Amino acid sequence: MPQTGTIVSNFGFAGVDEPTSGRELTYIAAITEALREEMRRDPRVLILGEDIAGEFGGAFKVTKGLEAEFGARRVMNTPIAELGFTGMATGMALMGLRPVVEMQFADFVSCAFDSIVQFAATAHYRNLGPVPWVIRAPSDGGLRSGPFHSQNPEAWFVHTPGLKVVAPGTPADAKGLLIAAIRDDNPVIYFESKPLYRTMKGSVPSGEHIVPIGKARVARAGESLSIITYGTQLREALTAAERLSAESVECEVLDLRTLKPLDTEAILSSVRRTSKALVVHSANQLAGVGAEVAALIAQHAFESLDAPVMRLAGLDTPVPFSPPLEDAYRPNAQKIYDAAKALANY
Amino acid sequence: MTIEQQLDLYYWMQLTRRFDERMLAYWKQGRGVGGAFSQRGHEAISVGAAYALGSGDVVSPMHRDLGAFLLRGVTPREAFASLLGRETGPTRGRDANFHGMSHLERGIIGFISHLPHSLPVALGVAMSFRYRDEPRVAMAFTGDGATNAGLYHEVLNMAGLYNAPLVIIVENNQYAYSTPCQQASRVKSISNHAAGYGLQTTTVDGNDVEAVHAVAMAAVQRARAGDGPCLIEAHTLRMLGHAVHDGAEYVPRELLAEWQARDPVVGYRRKLAVAAAATTKRLDEIDRRCREEVEDAVAFAEASPWPDPSTVTRGVYAVSQEPPVG
Repeated sequence: MPQTGTIVSNFGFAGVDEPTSGRELTYIAAITEALREEMRRDPRVLILGEDIAGEFGGAFKVTKGLEAEFGARRVMNTPIAELGFTGMATGMALMGLRPVVEMQFADFVSCAFDSIVQFAATAHYRNLGPVPWVIRAPSDGGLRSGPFHSQNPEAWFVHTPGLKVVAPGTPADAKGLLIAAIRDDNPVIYFESKPLYRTMKGSVPSGEHIVPIGKARVARAGESLSIITYGTQLREALTAAERLSAESVECEVLDLRTLKPLDTEAILSSVRRTSKALVVHSANQLAGVGAEVAALIAQHAFESLDAPVMRLAGLDTPVPFSPPLEDAYRPNAQKIYDAAKALANY
Repeated sequence: MTIEQQLDLYYWMQLTRRFDERMLAYWKQGRGVGGAFSQRGHEAISVGAAYALGSGDVVSPMHRDLGAFLLRGVTPREAFASLLGRETGPTRGRDANFHGMSHLERGIIGFISHLPHSLPVALGVAMSFRYRDEPRVAMAFTGDGATNAGLYHEVLNMAGLYNAPLVIIVENNQYAYSTPCQQASRVKSISNHAAGYGLQTTTVDGNDVEAVHAVAMAAVQRARAGDGPCLIEAHTLRMLGHAVHDGAEYVPRELLAEWQARDPVVGYRRKLAVAAAATTKRLDEIDRRCREEVEDAVAFAEASPWPDPSTVTRGVYAVSQEPPVG
């Protein structure tokens, strides 16, 4: 494959279900806007994490300016103690607060794993009570950041009963899903895409904009095949779909948006329309979200299929650092184009 | 301390002891469900500390703190139903034995097996009180074994840093399952060690309920006044195995004999009886009442229905009060 470097496109999404009004915001600005608006609306909402307070405003500046507006009580800097401060957020949430925890990188969420999957995720089932926190996890690579600043660990959490998992792929969804996550009474892991932070701009409704958890979105309509994806790979998939359109292959691109609970109906109805499915994500393939999507299709839409369900995902290796290696690791628009074309011709 | 308070302390300890003995007998008869953790040796710590809390405070006991669970409002009926996995237990059969005794409305946060995972949660509870400027306190229990976990140190560091209204009780029962303290750490004094994080710390005889209560009371008052977190290291010996299956042959018999002579419940009864002969009758009355309550609890649990298997998937998620409708 001759591809080096990720195709970056600020492709204007000509899809369905697009918000019709709103200003252009970057993906990262949409996240900040959601935090600010929810903190203004609800005094129970607070944010905590490493380096998030003050003018510094976090490693990626998502929380810049929030302490000035809301004070240190609601914008809490923490020591490097992900396990401890995530457990602390659980205690706050049990008492009715709505903490939003920033993991500096999604990779570091493993430090907090016990407190998430053992304590928080089981709390409601154990009749302890609701745990309405959100963990913001800046994820994904392509940024030459190596094995520990590039990961996509969503499958760990999708496998955990009691959690919800969302992964926005547009600025509008970045805002709308974060607001929905904050208002949800369950622990929600919110995977935000680092590669999209400042490279994607899009229309974002001002004021209250809620994207319901559990609802996928048809980002592009088509009948040749379904590309089912989320997060960073949405843009790549749309880029590939546009190229294929010029060759008269019309891909439907389904943006899952929520990974848990999956919008099973949207997945199945798309595949029933197109009869072919390509599932794409940045995370490595084995036992990833794509495996579940493929299994759902195989089990419930088998008779609609005209081809095997295909998956295109990260390789089953740690995320490599060096550009040629990372490019070999990651899906991108070119690889999606190739896979989708092969599937269309099956 | 008034005689009424003393009798109160005795009642909660004795209720714990009776429950424990009945539970162990039940398990030895092979009628138990799953595992069960003996409370023997921990009654004075659990009761003495929790007795220092006010009605709005929140407690997070561990698996040797039946006394705290009972004192803070889990009924013996609910506790035995929890042990037997019945619908009438606090988690309706979802969680096992003493894990399954959470009751947030009564200010009780149950533990998970991963000690010390209650500590950061209790810290968060304490910080929620601070957030809302409420004069409330969180109290969390853990064991000597858990003080070797990284999380324990993260919590002590943050509790000190944030000056949280948190009281941590470390029940040093000398063994973490089969491993004695000195084989797990070179730290001689858990409380001295904790002082390094900026917590007020105390060591207390964990078999002396009034002594435990006195230091806990001081710690709770200090935390409530906004003067910061405290850690109390209470010494005892776990008198039986880690759980009912464990014969604890690894504990030296002389050590057991030494601590047997210091039994917290028997010792306190003797102390109260000696102080005033008139109390003997009331102590007898408490003993009788505890026996009755425990027998009633067993009968209640046995008569309680099993959870309906068709409800197994219920309760994994909270139904949001504010459904995010787009």
